[in-house]
Amino acid sequence: MFYRENGQLKTSYRTDQQIFTITQDRWAVLAVVVFAFVGVPLLADEYTLRAILTPFLILSLAAIGVNILVGYCGQISMGSGALMAVGAYMGYNALVRVDGMPLIVALLIGGFCATLVGMFFGIPSLRVKGLYLAVATLAAQFFCDWMFLRIGWFTNNAPSGSVSVSNLRTLGWSIDSPYDKYLFCLGFVVVFALLAKNLVRSAIGREWMAIRDMDVAAEVIGIRPMYAKLSAFAVSSFIIGVAGGLWGFVHLGAWEPAAFSIDRSFQLLFMVIIGGLGSIMGSFFGAAFIVMVPILLNQFLPSLGTLVGISISTAVLAHIEFMLFGALIVWFLIVEPHGLARLWSIGKQKLRIWPFPH
Amino acid sequence: MKKTRALAMVTAALMMGAVAAPSSAQDKQQFFPLLTFRTGPYAPSGTPWANGFVDYFKLVNAKGGINGVRVLWEECETGYATDRGVECYERMKDKNGGATLFQTMSTGITFALTERGAVDGVPILTPGYGLSESADGEVFKWSFPIAGTHWASADTQIQYVGAKLGGMDKLKGKKITLLYHDSPYGKEAIPVLTERSKQHGFEFAAIPVSHPGLDQKAAWLQIRQTRPDYVLLWGWGVMNSTALKEAQSTRYPRNQIVGVWPSGSDSDVKGVAGAEGYSAVLILPGPGFGSKIAKDVLSTLHAKGEGSGPKDEVGSALYMRGLMNAMFAVEGVRRAQEKFGKGQVMTAAQARWGYENLNIDLKRLQELGIDDVMRPVATTCKDHMGPSWARAYTWKGSAWEVSSDWLQADPKVLNPLIKASADKYLADKKWSRRAAQDCQS
Repeated sequence: MFYRENGQLKTSYRTDQQIFTITQDRWAVLAVVVFAFVGVPLLADEYTLRAILTPFLILSLAAIGVNILVGYCGQISMGSGALMAVGAYMGYNALVRVDGMPLIVALLIGGFCATLVGMFFGIPSLRVKGLYLAVATLAAQFFCDWMFLRIGWFTNNAPSGSVSVSNLRTLGWSIDSPYDKYLFCLGFVVVFALLAKNLVRSAIGREWMAIRDMDVAAEVIGIRPMYAKLSAFAVSSFIIGVAGGLWGFVHLGAWEPAAFSIDRSFQLLFMVIIGGLGSIMGSFFGAAFIVMVPILLNQFLPSLGTLVGISISTAVLAHIEFMLFGALIVWFLIVEPHGLARLWSIGKQKLRIWPFPH
Repeated sequence: MKKTRALAMVTAALMMGAVAAPSSAQDKQQFFPLLTFRTGPYAPSGTPWANGFVDYFKLVNAKGGINGVRVLWEECETGYATDRGVECYERMKDKNGGATLFQTMSTGITFALTERGAVDGVPILTPGYGLSESADGEVFKWSFPIAGTHWASADTQIQYVGAKLGGMDKLKGKKITLLYHDSPYGKEAIPVLTERSKQHGFEFAAIPVSHPGLDQKAAWLQIRQTRPDYVLLWGWGVMNSTALKEAQSTRYPRNQIVGVWPSGSDSDVKGVAGAEGYSAVLILPGPGFGSKIAKDVLSTLHAKGEGSGPKDEVGSALYMRGLMNAMFAVEGVRRAQEKFGKGQVMTAAQARWGYENLNIDLKRLQELGIDDVMRPVATTCKDHMGPSWARAYTWKGSAWEVSSDWLQADPKVLNPLIKASADKYLADKKWSRRAAQDCQS
């Protein structure tokens, strides 16, 4: 009813192969993007931009990276935090060591270094699978934690081991205000989401999915597992690395390895699982869930408490937040094991046939 | 249907709560946000610290506020995590007419907020911790490591070791090992100790222990092999008690282990059999169960059931630290009121002037009832730290006992380090020092 595609005939291969084949989808996504670029900066206040939307965007980007590897290629990785760290620290090094290094190039160099590290730690995936691979990628996490804490070169020999970046400028645009930061991250996210979406629809994306679904069969039909797996590691690591650079440069401004600890890796993995494995859209849902729900709980529970006459101390609040958050994860996974993205597509389907049941 | 109605009710409740939350604007209020950590691996250290803060604010209000301006505070739980700390900062900085200042209570959060504070114009107070080079007020206009930094801790610690040996010249040829929490906090000790080892000719080695500090077997094996004359312990939370237990299993004598203030609270030694003899050099203040202010808290707050934590915590080292931190926050505003108008609510910029021109002399300390564990503190435009005094305390099995005279971090050692680091910071950012006339503002 609301969402009918009747009459939208595809008369060429081009129209049949575009990202959003349904006109309404196309316009809706375009409207969302335009709103994100124009409407959000006008409507949102500084707190929302700096404390919620910017981290949400950066972590969505990282989740897209993780989703390519875990969701599309089926290789479980627990070293995503480490790859973010590589992106941040190597981007930092590029920025401080080379005079006049443009910001965007520095971020991309960080991403490139993350690619190399990711591919190196992806090598075990050629031999081991599933949980064993997860354990192998854990090595990346511990190794990088160690490296950035111990080797002074990476932190430009900062005595405390913490590095900081400021005065971000690119192409004459000085990125200081929350609006600038938000728009800068949004630009990256839109470009990379589009690239990722196109990649997973292309031949290489199909190879990844074939490997994920059954690697022996994939090999039989002529897909080289080494190429497919390592390319998935490379692409995913690159995106995660750039996200790490943004997290350090734009969101935190100053960071230490603890900002990219094993907790971050788990957080990213949960985002992908909750959002929906093998869905670019799901990465955004997952990131929104993981970033925003704890903050919302933290802000609304006290007022809910005062309403019924209980004042909640911050410690209790933090515990309740953990419990509710955990319960929500479990509930979502039971109700919809395929993630929030699946809920989204069910909703879309319902809208299409409304008011009829099927 | 029932479900939807329940959902609607909850939503409505939430909305009403959101609307009702900003309490009706009362008379003048000065807002102090708190970034506390009462949960997570460091909660045993964070809870008494936070309680001290809150109790001091309650005490100020009970005594009529800051010249009539009531203290308003709100806690935000960070769990000692940097990103949550940043979120809390953003959430609270414009609340209730704007935050007067932020006290980060964590080295990692300090790093993340130092620049934000400078850009947003909010003072960042880190008494006894924080970014060591931020003592240079000409570079870090908005940062205040009042009364001490980790570098000052390291320097007083080595002076205490020297005093134990019978003079700084006796350090020559000795072996001193630093066992540190592998984080920016722990690493802060290294530059000062390296500098001191060059001066006095002792052999210095540093052994890191990774977060959270439960696995120290390898570190203590190394200590057993090298047999240093002293071990300097820079732990945090659960790492401290673990270190003391490991020391026993390697039979390293406790009286040769010297801690710093994050390693010298009651929770670190209570319940560790055989911790007697362990000493810690605490930068202002030390434990003060007998202090007038502790008795004040007990009689004004706890007697009415308004205390924030358990009664026996009042006076413990970390609790006193909370009191002292809150005291600096309030005294800075009091000082600012002298210039900008008594009984007025100070803006963050005005409060900044107060923190830069603090002058808490002995008389004031006596009035506050904290003179037995504190020494006078004064800051200037150039020096945001002021004199940093510390005293060593030795654990006697049931209580800490003062075991040294007042020690002061040697400016001759610290100042060149601070200047070099601050200049490097400036060079990295391509900024320049504050002009002299900026000090008047």
